[in-house]
Amino acid sequence: MKQLPGFEPVGRSSLGLVTTSRITFKGDNYILELESGNTLSPVTVAYETYGRLSRNKDNAILVCHALTGDAHAAGYHTGQPGEKPGWWDLLIGPGKPLDTDRYFVICSNFLGGCKGTTGPTEINPATGKPYGLHFPFYTVKDMVKVQKWLVDYLGIEKLLAVIGGSLGGMQVLQWTISYPEMVAGALPIASTARMSPQAIAFNEVARQAIMSDPQWNFGLYEPDCQPASGLALARMIGHITYLSEEAMLRKFSRRFINGKNRGYKFEADFQVESYLHHQGSTFVNRFDANTYLYITRAMDYFDLHADYGSLKKAFSGCQSSFLVISFTSDWLFPPACSQELVKALRAAGKNVSYCNMDSDQGHDSFLLPGNRMGEVVSGFLTRLQNEL
Amino acid sequence: MSQIKLHRDTDWSKSIARDRVFDEAICGLTRQEERVLDLGCGSGELLYRLKKEKQVQELGIELDSEYVADCLARGLRVIQSDLEESIIDFDDNAFDLVILNQVMLSVPNPLDLLENGLRVGKRVIITFPNFAHWKIRLQIMLRGQLPVNKDLPYEWYETPNIRLATVDDFMNLCEQKQITLLEKQFISQSSNGKLRPIIFRPNMRSSVALFCLADHHQNIKED
Repeated sequence: MKQLPGFEPVGRSSLGLVTTSRITFKGDNYILELESGNTLSPVTVAYETYGRLSRNKDNAILVCHALTGDAHAAGYHTGQPGEKPGWWDLLIGPGKPLDTDRYFVICSNFLGGCKGTTGPTEINPATGKPYGLHFPFYTVKDMVKVQKWLVDYLGIEKLLAVIGGSLGGMQVLQWTISYPEMVAGALPIASTARMSPQAIAFNEVARQAIMSDPQWNFGLYEPDCQPASGLALARMIGHITYLSEEAMLRKFSRRFINGKNRGYKFEADFQVESYLHHQGSTFVNRFDANTYLYITRAMDYFDLHADYGSLKKAFSGCQSSFLVISFTSDWLFPPACSQELVKALRAAGKNVSYCNMDSDQGHDSFLLPGNRMGEVVSGFLTRLQNEL
Repeated sequence: MSQIKLHRDTDWSKSIARDRVFDEAICGLTRQEERVLDLGCGSGELLYRLKKEKQVQELGIELDSEYVADCLARGLRVIQSDLEESIIDFDDNAFDLVILNQVMLSVPNPLDLLENGLRVGKRVIITFPNFAHWKIRLQIMLRGQLPVNKDLPYEWYETPNIRLATVDDFMNLCEQKQITLLEKQFISQSSNGKLRPIIFRPNMRSSVALFCLADHHQNIKED
């Protein structure tokens, strides 16, 4: 491809080995007051950082993960052959768009995320048992509050950028509203200002799948005895919403598992079925069923229109530059959701850029190669840094 | 076998050379650190230059996602949107300069666009191909065919120019609407790509035209 003036080449290399750290916020200064009215203390946060914080502490980028993500956003934990890198390794590393030679990148497991941060799977200090359904309800705003504690703890007064896709994008938006003076640049990707009834409906079917599994037992299952079939089913439903019709057609077509012949059976016969089954069963090994209930609820309750009177009012106090990105084939949080954000930001007189990226990979596009998100993010971050 | 497309996108790359002929002039008409809106900014060549040379606060509006990605990758501020829909949302005088570089003739309602441009910008720069150029007149008269050349690089069935205008048509409109003409420049582009400024009889002799306009309601003080 011809190199146009002003474009930076995007390199690709890995961070190598990384580790997850944990910090516990306890004591009177750290009583987490949740939106639901409950309180929580102490709160432990699992997080990873990549790159170096500059002397002026002005190169920090906070990465917010989506529904089933964790603090391990890039690099490798063991380095053993076959190990998959962190979930956004595509974007984070030396020479990559979130260039760890230039930026200090932080990613934490959000509140109630079952990957090291306090949540339903962690031990309730009051009872000595896992919280389970005794864990209080939490919202996107609560997650952001805990992230703010972490950013403060790391000694950062202002973040160069906050970036995230899907539920991660919701956290980005909440950051610009809750802590406007702390966010120079905001990158909500494939996100929305509020969950549509359709998205809530899919979440509800997923929750019902879990709760109607007898193993769920009103949340009182042992950690090694999850409601596996319910949780796998929930994940299968989710996966359908993350893909697109075109992507499924391209990936699986109508191919059978065993050649061209019908199996005349109800077990997986088509390749798309075995893909979903695989996604479901591997998910059970890495995610907690109760946590899935809580997080999907936190998403359902996210509604900036209702919380602040209108979307324009929600953004009225924001001080960030925004880069909103959507994907043409995303039907879970369709481009119209992002366009609504852009319209409200413009009405509120905010600095906003917007791109509706060509992609046939559906909602999951932000996690996949094959679109131009990387170079766009890179250009935006460079501009932010130049404007400091 | 080729498939019939119901909706065929314009291949803007055909007119890249034509669309750049006034960049130098537009740069000269732009003041330091102005707020500039480029409607239909393409891959951001002009905005990038204005940002570098004049440190403008730029905003581009562009419909094509590939061009928008180009702009963003080079660090420009741009919103992917239909420009006619988009311009309505801007406040009066939100910009010092609004640029309509080779886009006026490609929208269904050029007059609305022009008036909205004058509303949201203190000055508006418009460029368009002049359909009264003698070569075009001659070609239609002698050959009976619409022109396809460096300034109009599209066949009749693919041209983005759904409206046609001449230099005189446009000046008449400005007079009728009491739009102040701050500056006009005309260029003739020869078939080998050479550009020549035209001063006399631009309606006959220029192939592309540039106008810098202001709403007559505003007192524009040139500095």
